Amino acid sequence: MRARVTVYPRREILDPQGKAIENALRRVGFPGVQSVRAGKSFDIRLGTDDPQAAEGELRAMCEKLLANTVVEDFQVELLNGDEP
Amino acid sequence: MRCGVVVFPGSNCDHDVYHVLKHVLDQEVSFLWHDEETLKGAELVVLPGGFAYGDYLRAGAMAALSPVMAAVKRHAEAGGLVLGICNGFQVLLEAKLLPGAMRRNQGLRFLCQDVYLKTERNDLPFTRDLAVGQVLRLPIAHAEGNYEDSAEHLDALEAARQVVFRYVQPDGSPAIGGEGDEWNPNGAARAIAGIVNAGGNVLGLMPHPERCAEEILGNTDGLKIFQSSVQFGAKVAMSGYGGRR
Repeated sequence: MRARVTVYPRREILDPQGKAIENALRRVGFPGVQSVRAGKSFDIRLGTDDPQAAEGELRAMCEKLLANTVVEDFQVELLNGDEP
Repeated sequence: MRCGVVVFPGSNCDHDVYHVLKHVLDQEVSFLWHDEETLKGAELVVLPGGFAYGDYLRAGAMAALSPVMAAVKRHAEAGGLVLGICNGFQVLLEAKLLPGAMRRNQGLRFLCQDVYLKTERNDLPFTRDLAVGQVLRLPIAHAEGNYEDSAEHLDALEAARQVVFRYVQPDGSPAIGGEGDEWNPNGAARAIAGIVNAGGNVLGLMPHPERCAEEILGNTDGLKIFQSSVQFGAKVAMSGYGGRR
């Protein structure tokens, strides 16, 4: 089973990286940009076919390593198909 | 005092800390490799600066899960002294031995410069040789020293007197705050540069005391932090509380 985990700075926390990218985008001709938040994404393949078990395991991974929940939120998404 | 300096792959201030403890303060010191499961009897454990495990994912995140950190946690829980400097502070945060987290510096730059710190407490093993309100000049060298936590947690941290060092102006007056503040250049919440755990035995700070602990380096402000810790250890040993591990 494939999954995508995304980790973002929490909404209420200033994201200096996202802010810099936001300013840069406006500067290079995209004045419509209202906000940017910069995060990370992880594509993960798991040995299980059980969506519930997979989701539980992925959430545990986020709590333990992939996200720092003091300053970051995460999202877990199960994907269809076996392509990387 | 028996001291241990943890070495992660990517630590780069380990030898500086070793040098200060061993050659300046004449203590017994061993290096503790990241995959060791014991602390070789160390009473003071120092997590040095550097880029542990390349700082991949987040600064300190992988290091916090390495085998030696399980031993460091046991040591901390038993009341043993742990000092985390720069990357070592980041590791302590990721290991949840200290509260809060680090973000990228405001302005997104790696900062390498002297800062001024105000000492808020001298009733800790690490700060006994300092006076409350004493201003230290220490160098910083980091990209992620922008301390952050929720307002509620920050209030609790302050109420419990866990803020030990704060970025200030050279005369000790508060940093100005906001972008471009040269006194709190990384933008840390409430100008926090160093904190201690509730038990008072685990200290983390962003600046590098080991880089200014000898006359020849032109600044000895950092030595007092090591001196305090080591003298505390000597006192504990004399009163029979040493070597509880």
